[in-house]
Amino acid sequence: MKLRGSIRRRLFFQLAGVAALLSVAFFLVLREVAEGAAEGTQDEILAASATAIADSLRSESGGVTLDLPYSALSMLGTVSQDRVFYRVTVAGETLTGYDDLPQPARAPQSARAPQPGAPVFDTLNFRGDDVRIVSISRRVGSQASQAQVVVTVAQTRQGLAAISRRITSTATSIGVGFFLLATALSLLAAGSALAPIDRMTGAVTRRGPQDLRPVTAETPAELVPLVEALNSFMGRLRASLSRTEDFIAEAAHRVRTPLATVRAQAEVVHRKLSKPEHKRAIREMIRAIDESSRSAGQMLDHAMVTFRADSLATEELGLGNLLTETCDRLGPTADLKDITIRRLIPEEPIRFNGDGILLQAALMNILDNAIKYSPEDSEITVALVAGEDLCFSVTDEGRGFGDMGLERLTTRYERGQNVGDIVGSGLGLTIADDVARVHGGRLSISENTKGQGACVSLHLPR
Amino acid sequence: MRIASLAALIWASVAVAAQGFEVEERVFYPAENEQSVLSIISTADREAFEPILLAFQSENPGVSIDYTITGTTDVMQAIQDEGAVFDLAISSAMDLQTKLANDGFAQSYPGAPLGRLPDWASWRNQLFAFTQEPAVLVVSTADFPGGITPRTRDELIAVLRAQPGKFRGRVGTYDVRRSGFGYLMATQDSRNSEAFWRLMEVMGRLDAKLYCCSGDMIRDVASGKLALAYNVLGSYARSQKDLIEGFEIIELEDYVNVMLRTALIPASAENPADARRFIDFLIGMGGRPELVSQSGLPAIDTTSFDNNTALRPIRFGPGLLVFLDQLRRSSFLKSWESALLQE
Repeated sequence: MKLRGSIRRRLFFQLAGVAALLSVAFFLVLREVAEGAAEGTQDEILAASATAIADSLRSESGGVTLDLPYSALSMLGTVSQDRVFYRVTVAGETLTGYDDLPQPARAPQSARAPQPGAPVFDTLNFRGDDVRIVSISRRVGSQASQAQVVVTVAQTRQGLAAISRRITSTATSIGVGFFLLATALSLLAAGSALAPIDRMTGAVTRRGPQDLRPVTAETPAELVPLVEALNSFMGRLRASLSRTEDFIAEAAHRVRTPLATVRAQAEVVHRKLSKPEHKRAIREMIRAIDESSRSAGQMLDHAMVTFRADSLATEELGLGNLLTETCDRLGPTADLKDITIRRLIPEEPIRFNGDGILLQAALMNILDNAIKYSPEDSEITVALVAGEDLCFSVTDEGRGFGDMGLERLTTRYERGQNVGDIVGSGLGLTIADDVARVHGGRLSISENTKGQGACVSLHLPR
Repeated sequence: MRIASLAALIWASVAVAAQGFEVEERVFYPAENEQSVLSIISTADREAFEPILLAFQSENPGVSIDYTITGTTDVMQAIQDEGAVFDLAISSAMDLQTKLANDGFAQSYPGAPLGRLPDWASWRNQLFAFTQEPAVLVVSTADFPGGITPRTRDELIAVLRAQPGKFRGRVGTYDVRRSGFGYLMATQDSRNSEAFWRLMEVMGRLDAKLYCCSGDMIRDVASGKLALAYNVLGSYARSQKDLIEGFEIIELEDYVNVMLRTALIPASAENPADARRFIDFLIGMGGRPELVSQSGLPAIDTTSFDNNTALRPIRFGPGLLVFLDQLRRSSFLKSWESALLQE
């Protein structure tokens, strides 16, 4: 699988990128608006100051005079500690104030020519500092001696610069905060957008190896095609697997039936022969036929387990009876090797809901294994204990399993390392393990605690 | 004091030919191991300021101090018009100091230790106030026996109107045409209260005597020549209280204008580092009661404003430029003259 980027990462970075863009835009707009408002405030106070001065102009004995109102200048000191300059000119001659203070140029190019008497603003450099400057012109005096008076008030912009710095730092912290919050949220959003994928992944991962049913988990519209493709693929896989199983079962069945015929014929021949070496050869043959038939039987069992596990047919079972029946069926085989089967089965019935045929097959395989690997004239102990769980155990005095783990022993066609001289398919424990699993139980193996041999236990939940 | 009398060199109190501003006195305090010279132009008397200068010098032993004493308008003239080089300008004229700072003749000292000072005690990091000096009413004990004195300007007007015979020719105030402090107080009065002009009118009718200085007014009140003097520099009156008997100091209850003595570093200063140290020293004067009592200059003390809400510090700001406007000044003086000089 080639790894090409992560949707989560891409989603996150794209969302974070959008958040960063918005934060910057927000910062710029906020600063622009706030600084505009601050400048507007300064302009308004300047205009109010100039208007207050202009309003106190009066004409006296043919000339223009002025009582500079205290508030006109003091109001400029209320907001900031900026320097203030003013100048009043009558017909171009300075009446009072700073006579080097420039007057803002009229702006003839502006679309809306200022009304006569309306304040005109400008930003100029005066005495080494930038100043915001406003001037208002008035006509003062009676008809005969009217004079054009221009009132100019200027203020440095340090207070404004301080406000601007404050606004910038506030806007920056808000912008950064917004960005961080948006980034954190986009992390969450990316996570929640991809949650259905995680959910589906979990649903598929949790399945057992045999489970090839279609995925039915809730699926967002975008993932429907993927899930449909997956389901259709699993359907084909299932069909293919079942064809294979069918083939194996069919093959085993077809082999087993003729083998029975061959065995019957061989027994007939055995009875008719008189030479001991011929008889021995035929016995060998019969033994080989038995093994082949047994292997084919196990393959059929296995196919049956696989088939029945898909749709488990449960009924209430008496486990004691089940075990007794199993022991009875294998009794003759054990007798052939003079093996005693000791049964430790409690009197009172032990109930369990399960598939009787499967459980029987599992127990048969375990006990059959034990008989097969036990030496002649030995003892096998079969026990059923209802403790924390329900436990069948089969303990023999055979050669044990060596160092092989249960995991490998229950793998199909895998056999113990110390069994070279005994034929076997390697399916017995696999079948038992599969049956235990479909009933929610498990298989375990251990050493025989009372000497040589092994103990195989099948645990079922209560 | 001992060191000062040994070391201080005193120039003659004549105007130096090259300078247009008038020097009253110039004192040099040499450091034993001189590393720098701090030149100060100031309106404060030598007696008042010498303890402060010597205390500063004992903390900064390498600094010689060149202390020039002059009038308030001369400080303005020296720095604004004549480009005289001083490292520090100390003046009681808040309006003129404000104009110097506003017009760009002061340099900023950001980071001055303003922790102890209220907001109104500094402006633009250029003007630093270090004393608070209220304008008070001084009355002669003989004319107001038993401590029964007017408490507000309206009561003062009523008292003066009730007994014109007793007070004729026996009330005094500053001649605002000659005294910067008198002009500042009168203009602030005119802003604060309508009663001011009525008071001036009544005083004018009683043939008020006009003075240049607080000292003369206090002497004349103490001697009984005057029954009362209005707008006397409170800090000076207090320092005289121990020396002269026969007068009472009254802080009127409607409001008391408080003048702040300020220091600024001129833009042309050559030794701003020492000037800054000196400003730090002046700001810290509130923590040195012995200096306050030696100099008679009351340090800024916010608790006094909490205790007496009538105290109003004059605020720095462009408003102080208004009464320096030529037209405004001449119209104010015209009103003042028409009220006080009733022939």
